[in-house]
Amino acid sequence: MKNDGLHIELGRRYRFAASHRLHTPQLSEEENCRVFGKCNNPYGHGHNYVLEVRLSGKIDPATGMIANLADLDAFVERHVLEEFDHHSLNEDVAAFRDTVPTTENLCIEIFRRLEKFPHARLESVRIQETVNNSFEYAGNTEGNHS
Amino acid sequence: MVHLTRKIEFSASHLYHNPNLSAEENRRIFGKCNNPHGHGHNYTLEVTVAGEPNPVTGMVLDLRELKEILEREVMRRMDHRHLNYEVPELAGQIPTCENIAQVIWRLLDPKITQGRLHRVRLYESPDLFADCYRNGTSGAGN
Repeated sequence: MKNDGLHIELGRRYRFAASHRLHTPQLSEEENCRVFGKCNNPYGHGHNYVLEVRLSGKIDPATGMIANLADLDAFVERHVLEEFDHHSLNEDVAAFRDTVPTTENLCIEIFRRLEKFPHARLESVRIQETVNNSFEYAGNTEGNHS
Repeated sequence: MVHLTRKIEFSASHLYHNPNLSAEENRRIFGKCNNPHGHGHNYTLEVTVAGEPNPVTGMVLDLRELKEILEREVMRRMDHRHLNYEVPELAGQIPTCENIAQVIWRLLDPKITQGRLHRVRLYESPDLFADCYRNGTSGAGN
């Protein structure tokens, strides 16, 4: 199908609930407390995260789609939601054993997982931690404003 | 450069079916979106125009004018319509979010003469949308 010089993206949102604690062994107890405030409380706390994934690619004229949503949903379920939803990010996700599970780092980790999606190009991962805070990562590319 | 966005909502029905595929293939690819009598959505359309504010009016373009363009080009064509049967611009295409967003871009782009159409974002539901940009102008933060 003729594209007319247009760039099309598909956006899909997913939700997961998880707990985390912001703490790094590289800082003292006092410094952790000063830097992370109540996010450093020892038993952690949780959020209802909203994950927004944007993909680009050619629209398949037979389906009208950049990627079949069933394939995308299954991929995100298998590579992100199964491991993250109703889990502790610090305890249950290996990537956060030594990395602080801020939502910045969460964006980067999820981008790394989803860029392997075979049917379209991953443009960006945006995560809303609360209705007031959101973070976006578009990969380590030139001209990336995230 | 300033970006301004106007949002409108319309309701329409559609179904996904490719006559070149067998009934089983249609079912496998499109799932319940292939149900023969169609189904509907409340679509939300966000139209973003980029430009420099006019030094006298302070506006990139008059929002009333944009509202009229959206009413004429989108609402009258698509609101409370069946997208497969009543919108000629979509004839022969599967009316996915991606294709509808492209059609809306082509309808709006020539009509917006103050500022420049930057993005068309069409939500089919709060969790599914398509973005349409001119090539080379997309990217995070836009």
